[in-house]
Amino acid sequence: MKARQVYVPVLAVIVFLVLWEALVWAMGWPNYKMASPSDLIPAYEKYWELFLVMGWQTLWRTVVGLLLAVIFGIALGMIMGFSRVMRDALYPLLVGFNAVPKATVVPIVALMFVGAHDFNTVLIAFMISFFPIAVSVSIGLSTLEPEYRDILRSLGASQATIFWKIALPKTLPEFFGALKVSVTLAFIGTNLMEIVSPHGRGLGALFDSGKTNSDYPLMFAVLIALAFLGIVLYYVVVALEKIFAGWADRTV
Amino acid sequence: MENLIDIKAVRHSYRTASGPLPVLDGLELTVPEGGFVAVVGPSGCGKSTLTRLVAGLLIPDHGEVSVHGSRITGPRSNVGMAFQNPVLLEWRTILQNVLLPLEIVPTKLSKAEGEERARKLLALVGLEGFENKRPSELSGGMKQRASLCRALIHKPEVLILDEPFGALDAFTREDLWQIMHRVKAEEPFTGVLITHDLRESIFLADQVVVLSGRPAKTQFVLDIPDTGIRTLDHLYTPEAATMLNTLRHQIEIAQGRAPAEAAA
Repeated sequence: MKARQVYVPVLAVIVFLVLWEALVWAMGWPNYKMASPSDLIPAYEKYWELFLVMGWQTLWRTVVGLLLAVIFGIALGMIMGFSRVMRDALYPLLVGFNAVPKATVVPIVALMFVGAHDFNTVLIAFMISFFPIAVSVSIGLSTLEPEYRDILRSLGASQATIFWKIALPKTLPEFFGALKVSVTLAFIGTNLMEIVSPHGRGLGALFDSGKTNSDYPLMFAVLIALAFLGIVLYYVVVALEKIFAGWADRTV
Repeated sequence: MENLIDIKAVRHSYRTASGPLPVLDGLELTVPEGGFVAVVGPSGCGKSTLTRLVAGLLIPDHGEVSVHGSRITGPRSNVGMAFQNPVLLEWRTILQNVLLPLEIVPTKLSKAEGEERARKLLALVGLEGFENKRPSELSGGMKQRASLCRALIHKPEVLILDEPFGALDAFTREDLWQIMHRVKAEEPFTGVLITHDLRESIFLADQVVVLSGRPAKTQFVLDIPDTGIRTLDHLYTPEAATMLNTLRHQIEIAQGRAPAEAAA
């Protein structure tokens, strides 16, 4: 990695924070209207332990939800990618399911599994994030040129061999594109559960307590912490993409 | 010489929404061991169906396709295929691409021996020094040459070429024709070449088969006299002109643009 790839984004973040600070100062906004970056530092100092504990709770539940979404999304994508009939059957259901706002599902899930907070949160993170993965895998598999299949099939290769040697690696770039979308979606899912149906866990609950106590800098501090976690997870996916699908990048 | 490939009275239809669509009807084709037959015919006449039959990817409705006297009932590992689309795997190097068939077919070659053979084939087609490049770094003609090496790595009994040079520019194509002759001298194979290019057919093959329009049957067979080592100059001899004229006339008949003569 070149130095430029580090200092350019860091510089951009600093510029963003300075502009934010300047805007709040210039407009003379009070804390409860819009907190400024300098208000956030005391909030982090005061609650750093809570940020660590709850940040971790949000992170692990998001990651577990995302992993389930990857497993289920790939499986569903394979079914739809290889079978025309299954694609025709499942697509309307899938689109309909995805169209239902997850905020409306949260109370239903919370009632269905009362008290199972971790499970509920993981479930919502999973439900909101598997759709892009399933669609991308199914498109990747169904658009595989028949010649690729024929090359291996004429040598007597089994369907499983064709999948492992060609279909799967060829779909990886699309898969990672979808995973980048799913990462942020999974965070949205986790926080929906934590905020709409708070149970004292996760950054969403911290946000909610900031709201109840009119601690506006704390609310903003939670938002920035969430953004930070999102960035970290996103770049984990980027690193994985580089390892497993770096060959698809033509800009190097 | 014994016939390696025998196609007898093959009839085949595809099932479509509007009923069966016959593509082949009365197809006869024989290729002796070591022979190289070019198949030409109007667009959409079922030439690619023919390659899938020989590869065992398709079983005909009627008639018989046999290799070495035994009837084909499914894919066997002793064919090599190359298409107009080189279909190299982008995530593998050229060398790894060429080695792909050895990962699937049973082979007596050790890993090192297989690699040595792949390097030898790549050198034969002029791709020495490109072993560790990715397909995206190669030109169209180079990709096609790598694809040819992949088709030959496991010493297939039958090499099936489905318009392998169709998407290349004229100069690259002539280049590859000469490479094909070099490859055949070094690595003898029995081949079926599907092509739209009549000059290509008489330059590469020792027999040209003209298929009729759909449903395709064998309409005409032209034997190319053995003139020893062929060079591009052979394409500009009066003999070549006569052969090309004959073939072009046959294609016109196949397209229905010229009346079939009683004794063509």
